[in-house]
Amino acid sequence: MNTDLIIPGRYLDNYDIASLAKHAMEDIDPGFASKVAEGDVIVAGRNFGCGSSREQAPLVLKELGVGAVVAESFARIFYRNAINVGLPVVACADASLIEDGDTVEIDLAAGTLSSSSGLESGFPPLPPKLLEILEKGGLVSALKERFRPCRPGTGR
Amino acid sequence: MSGRSFAQKVLSRASGCDAAVGDTVVAKVDLAMSHENAALVSSKFREMGAERIWDPSRVVLVFDHRMPANTVSAAEGHRRVRLFAEEMGVESFYQHGEGICHQVLPEMGHVRSGDLIVGSDSHTTTYGAFGAFATGIGATEMAAVWATGELWFRVPETLRIQIDGGMPSGCMSKDVVLKAIGELGADGADYCCVEYTGGTVDDMSVSSRMVLCNMAIEMGAKAGVCFPDEKTRQYLEERGSGGDELFSDEGSAQRRHPMDVSNLVPQVAAPHSVDNVLPADELRDVAVDQAVLGSCTNGRLEDLQAAAALLKGRKVSASTRLIVVPASRETALQAMEDGTMQALMEAGAIVTNPGCGPCLGAHQGLLAAGETAIASTNRNFRGRMGSPDAEVYLASPLTVAASALTGRITDPREVMR
Repeated sequence: MNTDLIIPGRYLDNYDIASLAKHAMEDIDPGFASKVAEGDVIVAGRNFGCGSSREQAPLVLKELGVGAVVAESFARIFYRNAINVGLPVVACADASLIEDGDTVEIDLAAGTLSSSSGLESGFPPLPPKLLEILEKGGLVSALKERFRPCRPGTGR
Repeated sequence: MSGRSFAQKVLSRASGCDAAVGDTVVAKVDLAMSHENAALVSSKFREMGAERIWDPSRVVLVFDHRMPANTVSAAEGHRRVRLFAEEMGVESFYQHGEGICHQVLPEMGHVRSGDLIVGSDSHTTTYGAFGAFATGIGATEMAAVWATGELWFRVPETLRIQIDGGMPSGCMSKDVVLKAIGELGADGADYCCVEYTGGTVDDMSVSSRMVLCNMAIEMGAKAGVCFPDEKTRQYLEERGSGGDELFSDEGSAQRRHPMDVSNLVPQVAAPHSVDNVLPADELRDVAVDQAVLGSCTNGRLEDLQAAAALLKGRKVSASTRLIVVPASRETALQAMEDGTMQALMEAGAIVTNPGCGPCLGAHQGLLAAGETAIASTNRNFRGRMGSPDAEVYLASPLTVAASALTGRITDPREVMR
């Protein structure tokens, strides 16, 4: 699953993520954007998100309400981008054992994953610093604190 | 002890730590490149509450993906970036068709050996051809770099691709790297720093080495590198650049992939993944509607010259359109001066302004459903160059030219003179 399939390059002159998201996955699964419900989990195979560095790829998935992407492995730039925009990504060797329609429970800090069809699996949890970025909803929120101007009257 | 790798040495220098493989270090970035997606980066930068770019002399902006603007929203994106760049005092801004970022940065002397370079474009790995550690990042991370000058990096494992043997007739460095990607797979070098070494690499021009490093991302690599030699030094000196040359210690690579290219034949990556690689000869029945010669991978002077030598005095097939996109203005000017452009245009090529052209499906040569292209570009993903029902084959400039000549995928040795 490459980034051109997630969001085709021909639409990238559109900087409005909400309208861009309507084109997510359309070349491989027309109507994907209207099918996704809040909290849905995408389950995938190896090298998810390979290709371009376009951050719009995780952004449109997040915009559509995708709760997490669970894949056997991720391409490096997509993985970083997902964390930086606050989209949970789980690299789990057993991803292929999750069945379509399963309910999946993921504990990002503990590194555990279970599915309603009975899968109990684990994955290496993110380093604490990255987990913190994810918990804050992405790198922008995490850095906002660093650049926040001081309040008047605090003497700084 | 097995010594330290190139990646460890650059990241140790840039972080001030002794960077061991697998460590996560926070490193100071030497150079940060963005193209049109600077529009997205600048909005993330504002959202963070940042006010000034940490060092405007270390940020380079290039318009290449949609230059000149092909839609009103692309034009608005350009305008936002121009206003931002002016406000921030960005010193190096190539906004008037100078060419593709990955060609313009080395040409203008921004790339230095030993530097840590980030770009909000996946093919940033190209600068490894000059002995820099260069990697692609996303827009939000780039905003963080603009604000702080720093970024976290996991210190990567090293995969050494040792390439030996004389380059056979009809083959170019693109054939070598396509062969490597076919053997290793699209995630075969995931997260690794790929080092290209061996006699074949030593014999290559700097431009040919740029192809190897450019395509490292297509096997999943974080960075690709060719170690500096006299050719590198000469290129950099001519551009007023230089740097600190860093080399891996012997035995520091975790993995090795030896290749002997002496019996290599021209290679093609068939749809819809870059690791679906076959000899060109096995695809001889595939008719091509469009042939594209260009991109940050293969739009340089030697690429145009190779195609022109094959096409000079001949005509492109009546069933095929050949689109030539020079990698930079400098490339285009040189190709005009030495007759390369004349030969290509007389053969029937459509020549566009320097830039990314149709590579990423933005403009200047999109494909209709049911059409097939052969391209010297870097990705053949479904929908990459237009309709999702079109097909893109990737090959060397020679194979693209040979295929344009015959109207079907052609091993260039069949038609070379």
